[in-house]
Amino acid sequence: MFKEYDPIEDKMFNIIDDKGVVVNKKWMPKLSDEQIVKAYKDMLFARTADLQIVSYQRQGRIYTYPPNYGQEAIAGAVGAIMRDEDWLVPAFREMGAYLAKGVTLKEIFLYFMGYEDGSLFKGAKNILPMSVPIASQYLHAAGIGYEIKYNKKDQVVYAFVGDGGTSEGDFHEALNFAGVWNVPVVFIVQNNQYGISTPFKVQTASKNIAIKSVAYGIEGIKVDGNDYFAMYAAVENVTKLAKEGKGPFLIEAVTYRKGAHTTSDDPTKYRTKEEEEDWDKKDPLDRLRAFLIAKKLWTVKEEEKLVSQYKKEVDRQFEEAENYPAYPLDDAFQFLYEEMPDDLKKQKFEHEKFLQWKETRK
Amino acid sequence: MEGDKKMKIMNMVNALNDAFDIELKDDKNVVIYGEDVGVEGGVFRVTEGLQKKYGKERVFDSPLAESAIVGTAVGMAAAGLRPVVEMQFSGFAYPAFNQIISHAARMRNRSRGRYQTPIVIRMPYGGGINALEHHSESMEAIYGHMPGVKVVIPSTPHDAKGLMISAIESNDTVIFMEPKRIYRAIKQEVSEDKFSIPIGKANVISSGTDITVVAYGSMVREVQKAMVLAKEAGISVELIDLRSIYPIDRDTIAASVKKTGRIVTVTESPKSFGVASEITQIVNEEAFLNLEAPPARVTGFDTIVPLPKGEHHYLISPEKIFYEIEKTVKY
Repeated sequence: MFKEYDPIEDKMFNIIDDKGVVVNKKWMPKLSDEQIVKAYKDMLFARTADLQIVSYQRQGRIYTYPPNYGQEAIAGAVGAIMRDEDWLVPAFREMGAYLAKGVTLKEIFLYFMGYEDGSLFKGAKNILPMSVPIASQYLHAAGIGYEIKYNKKDQVVYAFVGDGGTSEGDFHEALNFAGVWNVPVVFIVQNNQYGISTPFKVQTASKNIAIKSVAYGIEGIKVDGNDYFAMYAAVENVTKLAKEGKGPFLIEAVTYRKGAHTTSDDPTKYRTKEEEEDWDKKDPLDRLRAFLIAKKLWTVKEEEKLVSQYKKEVDRQFEEAENYPAYPLDDAFQFLYEEMPDDLKKQKFEHEKFLQWKETRK
Repeated sequence: MEGDKKMKIMNMVNALNDAFDIELKDDKNVVIYGEDVGVEGGVFRVTEGLQKKYGKERVFDSPLAESAIVGTAVGMAAAGLRPVVEMQFSGFAYPAFNQIISHAARMRNRSRGRYQTPIVIRMPYGGGINALEHHSESMEAIYGHMPGVKVVIPSTPHDAKGLMISAIESNDTVIFMEPKRIYRAIKQEVSEDKFSIPIGKANVISSGTDITVVAYGSMVREVQKAMVLAKEAGISVELIDLRSIYPIDRDTIAASVKKTGRIVTVTESPKSFGVASEITQIVNEEAFLNLEAPPARVTGFDTIVPLPKGEHHYLISPEKIFYEIEKTVKY
């Protein structure tokens, strides 16, 4: 696969075209109809939730949120392959992977409503909390990879970053350490063409991101990130190799952030309508839906029915999150150290005394 | 605590090495890595011989990148290991700052207690060794200001061993700053058994009645030299070794100042926004009415530590400590 799609020649791996027609039979993953339908449903759920969240934010019911819109196939494919025991080291734009791990929408809502409890991920094994300092989490993935190798565990780490993150030193240090240590980490870059407003060309003089793997002595591949089958085939392949001890891998998933960077961002300032329309033709859900409809596995009517069901489910979990108990003062203090140092106890005590005084003034 | 006393003369390098040996033997989750710590045993030989004894999986050389050394330790620790990593000199730790403050210090908080980061980040610090630029600074206060880490600084071989064992067994991230100037300068009998010294409790090295002097790390020895001059002048000094600047032992400082009414804090770091300023405020809060003189401090300057030919201007001499002690007592 890596020779056939050599990043030095800037080749991109894809399986279906923009109309959902298979153009690369050789690499078409062996998936049952049920698996493909499930993958589509999962992506549809993630998209429905994502669009809802943006509207909640517009209603002032949730704080800043970074939408996933247009990038669902990448997290969808990783989510379909990742097992409970594998590790997910996320950034913040791969909702489908969080959900596949067992994170609930309610938890995602809580996080963006301002509760650290949203990072508890009660039902999900082996997932780190969201990492906001760009690319810093790539090093954690390399470290977890070391632990897996050290304890001879059957696990793989999936780590996410965006194209902007590939300019950070931590990105390069992580690939270098993981390469030297030969650890089972799949580094995934969602190249959605923009780091907030900064286009890919301003980010790097490299012709693609996958090529950066060459310098670290590891394998890399550039994949059409809006092609579910290509993403699935690539992740499946590198997962198998990583488990065999063949080291870390770099996957560049080429995609487009159809939404804004976050709900505070205005993309009309830095990109054109024409560009957006060009990428609309490559939408990952449209392509997979076209494939399913051609195979008579899906209908528009079915989709309408499902979307309205999903919306209700999203609303239900959102309302649960909205009714979450108030944030107690204790929670700001109690998790810093295993045992709270006296200084912190004193600071908390003094603040409580102030609060009591405030009560008496009412 | 100290058990069967099998004593051996050790310097701080030997004592730290002994602590690692004990922890590597007792806990398979302990791994040690950093630049040149494996084959060579570190530029100061603190980890010498450990790779041979415990293998390349447990004691190893990493590529040269401080951010990655700490960042990978965060991942290892979240997955269950207990990494002990070395920053070759504290002046080279700054590339790792983001990983320390943004991740190691807050992973437990961010994950509401689900993940913890039991990492020891070792870094030789301080001046007085005729070193190149960036090799002589004392920037401990920047770590003391950081919510979520502990900052330990030993002053003797015995303390170095006991505190290192506590640091490795702590489930919090510990910044362990090693006063390289006294790595080999102080030798004492240290128990070969396993013992630990709690982090956050200061040590009253000698009790006195006229003035409290607070110090830590390499400054403790300088204060002890100044105490000879003080004794000649008839001044009785109570010397407190902080052992850790965070958590800081407010109670021991307060109790001492309530008794003596006077305090001088000695640190090798820049003067402003430092540990000495913090201690002054602790005294103001806890023992203001007991004060007979303004709390004083002997520190470095808010300058860069000069290169060796000018370093004597910056370094703190016993005379300067005594000068401040006498001034405060005569106030």
